[in-house]
Amino acid sequence: MPILLKQIATPDVPLEADNITPARLAGQTPASVEKLTVMHGSEARYIGDFFSVTGQSDEVVNMQGDHLGRVKLIGAGMSRGTIQVEGDVGEHLGAAMSGGEIRVIGNATDWVGPEMSGGRIEIHGNAGHMVGSAYRGATMGMAGGEIIIHGNVRNETGNAMRNGLIAVAGNSGDFTGVNMLSGSIFVLGELGIRTGAGMKRGTIASLRDAQLLPTFSYSCTYRPGYMMLYLLHLMDVFAIGEEYLQGSYKRYCGDSVEMNRGEILLYAG
Amino acid sequence: MKIRSTEIVGTFAEAFKMWGARVIVTAATKQWGLAAAQSMTGFATSVIGCKCEAGIESILSPDQTPDRRPGVSILLFAMDKASVGKRLLERIGQCVMTCPTTACFNGLDGEEIVQVGSQLRYFGDGFQGSKKLAQRRFWRIPVMDGEFTVEESFAVQQAVGGGNFIILGTDEKKTLAAAGAATRAMGTVKDIILPFPNGVVRSGSKVGSRYKTLPASTNDAYCPTLKAVVDSSLPADVNCALEIVIDGLTETAVKQAMAAGIQAAAKPGIRQITAGNYGGNLGQYKINLHELNL
Repeated sequence: MPILLKQIATPDVPLEADNITPARLAGQTPASVEKLTVMHGSEARYIGDFFSVTGQSDEVVNMQGDHLGRVKLIGAGMSRGTIQVEGDVGEHLGAAMSGGEIRVIGNATDWVGPEMSGGRIEIHGNAGHMVGSAYRGATMGMAGGEIIIHGNVRNETGNAMRNGLIAVAGNSGDFTGVNMLSGSIFVLGELGIRTGAGMKRGTIASLRDAQLLPTFSYSCTYRPGYMMLYLLHLMDVFAIGEEYLQGSYKRYCGDSVEMNRGEILLYAG
Repeated sequence: MKIRSTEIVGTFAEAFKMWGARVIVTAATKQWGLAAAQSMTGFATSVIGCKCEAGIESILSPDQTPDRRPGVSILLFAMDKASVGKRLLERIGQCVMTCPTTACFNGLDGEEIVQVGSQLRYFGDGFQGSKKLAQRRFWRIPVMDGEFTVEESFAVQQAVGGGNFIILGTDEKKTLAAAGAATRAMGTVKDIILPFPNGVVRSGSKVGSRYKTLPASTNDAYCPTLKAVVDSSLPADVNCALEIVIDGLTETAVKQAMAAGIQAAAKPGIRQITAGNYGGNLGQYKINLHELNL
């Protein structure tokens, strides 16, 4: 049986709710969950001040509310279980998570899955900047797992990403895959400008054409075998036309100011 | 025991513990997939001389393969896990990677694995790369038609090799027809291969030889030309004997295949169907013909 956290009060400043993970809430009664602390600015408050709690968690946590966009760090550090959010979510969703799944029936703002190493995040709406990225000053972003965005994302998706998969059904902003170390970013829509700037290795793929930096060089047009594996995997969650499965892709190598071992693949028809 | 006019001899096939792997080869067309599969399963009739036994298990339609291309399922068997790994590495490297448009995937689930793509990747001379998707890692090796995609590791499992039966016929034509009918019927059974040419072997062997260096030699008791000079196992009117050898991932699959094959081979002109064994002293499995689901 899932535990349900239903928002009853809107915080004046964003809540830091890193206590909301399936493992932390597992086996607890609603009363004990309500007594867990969340940070409201500099002030420690109880979950019960902002949420009504019902049910008892078997590692499934449901959250509902119209102002969950003011709740940060949901699922941060989680390693197992499921969180399902009905509504928009705040920053740092699933930060550094290593396992489990977060589903958001709504939009997410910035910093979805920063430095995550495993598990899966699925956003049914849009997401903001820095999806799967490294924190400022850190050398490595997302190191594993999957982030699936059904809408659009903004800038610096996959900044310094080290491994894993980020898939975006819509468009991405600028600097997608900036400083990428490895891993895969699939954008079914348009890529913004300066895609892959500073990338060392890894793959950025798009089903649209794009204007690339001059430090990326065209290699060939071909059918990458592994692309089919990824597209078939993504067809479980996105509508992808058969033509993309059968089509060819232009391969650009870069970024030549770095190792020149990364690739951008653009659908060629 | 008889099936129609054919006597099923009350004996057993002696089979052995082996290790097996399933390899899925895909390609742009069925023809290229088959070319790779035939190359990979060539010279793989018997572990005695070929170090492994391999064959085509089935042809796969695009909706049965990991990358939605035409494919072929191959089973490869050897006497131990390490040998399966070595043979996979050699044969995928020399026969599949070399074949235009192919990709190569693990076709078994299991804890026991051998490394293949992670070794073949060095052919990429530093330009190789890998992709990890849902706990499976694939290596991408640049080749002259694009890239060769090969799975990093392949699962292996304990298996059964050397299931067999021998068709004793009055003449070559009828015996060949019976063997052909048997192999066609066995082709529908999953998890098995028939490693010999078209699934049939005429040079059945016995253990040992009068020549010290040979571990096996012709099964003289089943050679019609020697009926007059050896203690022959052939009835007087039998002039041709053909054997079908079965390797399978499970004993159940081997038994199913043997039953299907024996049923199909029991035709007019086939006097007996028997099986090869070594007195029960060598193999770990004794598959009694009368206990098959005939």
